[in-house]
Amino acid sequence: MSQKLVDRLRAEFGERILETGSQHGDESVVVAPADLPDVAAHLKGREACELLLDVVGVDRSELPGHRDDPERFEVVYNLRSLSRNHRLLVKVRAPEGRDVPSLAGLYRSADWAEREVYDLYGVRFRGHPDLRRILCHHEFEGHALRKDYPIERGQFLSAPEKLIQDHEIERAAHRADDSRGAVLPSDLLTVNIGPSHPATHGALRAEVLLDGETIVEARTEIGYLHRCFEKEAEDHTWAQVMPYTDRLNYVSAMLNNCVYCAAVEKLLDAEIPPRARVVRVIVSELSRIIDHLVCVCANLVDLGALTNYWYFYNVREGLYYDVIEPLCGSRLTTNFTRIGGLGYDVFEGFETAIERNLVKLETAIGEVTGLVARNRIFLDRTVGVGAMTPEQALDWGFTGPCLRATGLAYDVRKHAPYDGYETYDFDVPVGTAGDTRDRIMVRIEEMRQSARIIRQALGRGLPAGPILADDPRFALPPKEKVYGSIEGVMNQFKLIMEGARVPAGEAYGFGEGGNGELGFYCVSDGGGRPYRVKVRPPCFPIFSAFGEMVKGLMIPDAVAILGSINIIAGELDR
Amino acid sequence: MSAQAIPILMVVGTAALLSLLFLGLSGWLGPYRPNSLKSTTYECGVPARSTVQIRFFVRFFLVALLFLLFDLETVFLYPWAILFRSMVAEGRAAFALGEMGAFVAVLVVGFVYVWKKGGLEWQ
Amino acid sequence: MQVMTDLFARIFGDGLSSLGLLVAGGLTMALIMALVMASCAIVFTWAERKVAGFIQSRYGPMRVGRWHGVLQPVADMVKILGKEDIVPRDADKPLFMLAPFVIFVGSLMAWAAIPFAPGFIAADLDLGLFYIFAVSSAATIGILMAGWASNNKWSLYGAARGAAQAVSYEIPLALACIPVVMITGSLNMNDIVIAQQGGIWRWHFLHDPFLFVAFLLYFVASIAEVNRGPFDLPETESELVAGYHTEYTGMRFAFFFLAEYANLFLVSCVATAVFLGGWQPLFGPVFLPGLVFVIKAVLLVLLQMWLRWTLPRLRVDQLMHVCWKVMVPLALVCVLGAGIWMLATGQAG
Repeated sequence: MSQKLVDRLRAEFGERILETGSQHGDESVVVAPADLPDVAAHLKGREACELLLDVVGVDRSELPGHRDDPERFEVVYNLRSLSRNHRLLVKVRAPEGRDVPSLAGLYRSADWAEREVYDLYGVRFRGHPDLRRILCHHEFEGHALRKDYPIERGQFLSAPEKLIQDHEIERAAHRADDSRGAVLPSDLLTVNIGPSHPATHGALRAEVLLDGETIVEARTEIGYLHRCFEKEAEDHTWAQVMPYTDRLNYVSAMLNNCVYCAAVEKLLDAEIPPRARVVRVIVSELSRIIDHLVCVCANLVDLGALTNYWYFYNVREGLYYDVIEPLCGSRLTTNFTRIGGLGYDVFEGFETAIERNLVKLETAIGEVTGLVARNRIFLDRTVGVGAMTPEQALDWGFTGPCLRATGLAYDVRKHAPYDGYETYDFDVPVGTAGDTRDRIMVRIEEMRQSARIIRQALGRGLPAGPILADDPRFALPPKEKVYGSIEGVMNQFKLIMEGARVPAGEAYGFGEGGNGELGFYCVSDGGGRPYRVKVRPPCFPIFSAFGEMVKGLMIPDAVAILGSINIIAGELDR
Repeated sequence: MSAQAIPILMVVGTAALLSLLFLGLSGWLGPYRPNSLKSTTYECGVPARSTVQIRFFVRFFLVALLFLLFDLETVFLYPWAILFRSMVAEGRAAFALGEMGAFVAVLVVGFVYVWKKGGLEWQ
Repeated sequence: MQVMTDLFARIFGDGLSSLGLLVAGGLTMALIMALVMASCAIVFTWAERKVAGFIQSRYGPMRVGRWHGVLQPVADMVKILGKEDIVPRDADKPLFMLAPFVIFVGSLMAWAAIPFAPGFIAADLDLGLFYIFAVSSAATIGILMAGWASNNKWSLYGAARGAAQAVSYEIPLALACIPVVMITGSLNMNDIVIAQQGGIWRWHFLHDPFLFVAFLLYFVASIAEVNRGPFDLPETESELVAGYHTEYTGMRFAFFFLAEYANLFLVSCVATAVFLGGWQPLFGPVFLPGLVFVIKAVLLVLLQMWLRWTLPRLRVDQLMHVCWKVMVPLALVCVLGAGIWMLATGQAG
């Protein structure tokens, strides 16, 4: 299907498609910057690529074979069609100082994604509505992900940024007075919700302009938790990046581990043993359950239904203490998978521990739905609040439960099955209105489906065999070999000191995260360290819509919406 | 009446003295280490950029007006309510009820007017 | 009051003038009330944690004081006494410092008219019920003062919400009590309780269907009056950080906290006296009146806690909607209905 798409593009645009490529199953085309808007419009309009997943910047100045390439930067647009289930990477290349046309007018998700490329690489986008820094502080000098920005160079910056300008406040005040007609005027008030606010569950900031309780304007600022994950990744070996992935979505760390490994394995064309595949599915679904538990219970706390928090949190604690911790020795920072398999095998009593906690999960879901599902106050607070149509959601780049709540049954596990998901029987729950209630209910139902998958996996019995692929390219040799043979020692030494030799190339590995499509776009220069790792955090595009979603609503609605879209600052800011 | 006021004065005095006592105790026991950062106004970690002494949302004043209206009505209802029992005993209950019914009806007309005008809507 | 003046009269014989008796009795009662208020705040903070813990399948305090953390509130009190009293630089200092007192004193003043047992009432006022409504409104002023003086946006919103909510719900609250006044023909709290003598069927909330509805209205409105869940909008931690007391620390914060629990018990006491027969037992003659009264009030408090930990919170427009479009009309219907009921049954009590 995808091959045909590239052919059709060639037929349509002819010479304007400069290059086509296919690596590890990812199709890509290269176009000149000037042709980008046409190609993208064609892809969106005619080829049904409704979703712009991400925009990735790559600094090629140290990539072998491109060192003297005048076109220093590559910008990769990651497009996806849900209806036809094909995907394409559209690349443009630009020399230093040359603009690239912005796609923000075509896809709203390009807005923040292009800002990120601008922030970290300094590539300017022509026609972008609001080209400001996003992850780094607004007074930051230089561009952090350029290869010539030294990793140890820190900058101390603290001045807060005005998100809503004074003249905008004045204009909004005039508008408010006009709309009110004869009634007495009242002043508009700017209020900062966050970075340190009980409802933000992490350090995010939204500056809102209030007319009474009504939000007239809302602007968001992120980056308070930016820990330079992508820069750090370039400074570590492929295997050393693993613990850093724990800190992305720290609520479901194992999902990050699994997807990162899948991306690297894609670059390596590595097969993982069947036992590791099944365990990865089980821990992924456990992490998904935990992610949804935390999201829903925190959301309900924001709505004032505090008690539900404990009903769900008890289950989460149970899963952590009974399953995750015995499995890998810690609860949040799991570091569980390895390239080519797993770090640890399952423990004695793994199946019974999971089953015991799944029963508790079902009880808890029953209790919570009993308390809220038909509660009048809950419904009044959530029905119609922050509603999204499927088109809007796609435009903003939503994936995961937030997209499914609008009625689109898009799930990576169904659309592009990995780790054997196609062999499991499960449903993809969808909502109808895309509002806060649907988002909560979709998450609750997904927990039931995850439990179903886990039970199927356990019911078949874990396949016997190793948990790590026996491949000296990337997998550490067993201890006996290291102590008993010179090849083992050498192999271990090379892997630890230099890292796994990953063949040069690029791959986009992705999976269904707790919050939507989680992806890692990896570029290798053939060395032991990643040349570039770009995370596609599912909540980044979702949060970019927050400002628009809350306009015209009240503070309590904003709080309810913020909880329901589940923003995890760790993966948002990386 | 004055005899009834004395205990109230006693209560007020006791409450005031007790609260001063506790505050004094806390001032004596607690530390006092002010610094400029501690005494800033809290706004989620960002310095506040505007004051709050503004012309506030007019909706709240509307509620206050409505309150005045209805609270006065309630106040007028109380003396009537006290007398109602004796009027029932005297067999003039229908008159009393009709009289108050008329009073409330006038108010209800106003209430319905405010409702229809959207005065009870928050937004 | 009567109990105390009698006691003093017996002790001092004719040594005290009637004014002296009044002052001495009043002072003793005031001290007792303050003591009861302080201890009820202490007991209820502990009880709230235990109730919340029970509902939320956890323990609540377990350490201080050996048995189920009974001394936890004392430990908290000591801790709060040792906290710094921070006054923000931009605050309106006199107002900021005065606001907690207004709330605290207003709360204690209302306690003066609660009849715990025959003759055991600090101020036996002819206008008792009316007096309670009047002085408990002082809390609104305190909330407004605190919110405005803090010069903090969250406080301001908390205060505006608090004031709007308190004044709005005061109307159904006061209207719901009118049917009771119609039946008893008195505002004196003692008289209201005495009118309910003779077992549970004589209690006002079972007098007729309208009074039952009025009782429910009173109960709901009273929860809103004391700003507790699901009506805790003025201090919602997830929206307004801490609402009108965001900037308060140490003892001044504790006054808000104490007043909340004191008011919680206060509205339950009023409900007990007005609708649930006060110190009258379920059946039979008056027996341990003070205990009966307190048990009823505590049960109501527990019910309010149960509601708080069960229900989500309303939004401010929904809050106003419930008050003005549902409760006020319903309360008016109750007043008229109770009158018609009395007219139809031809009885006056």
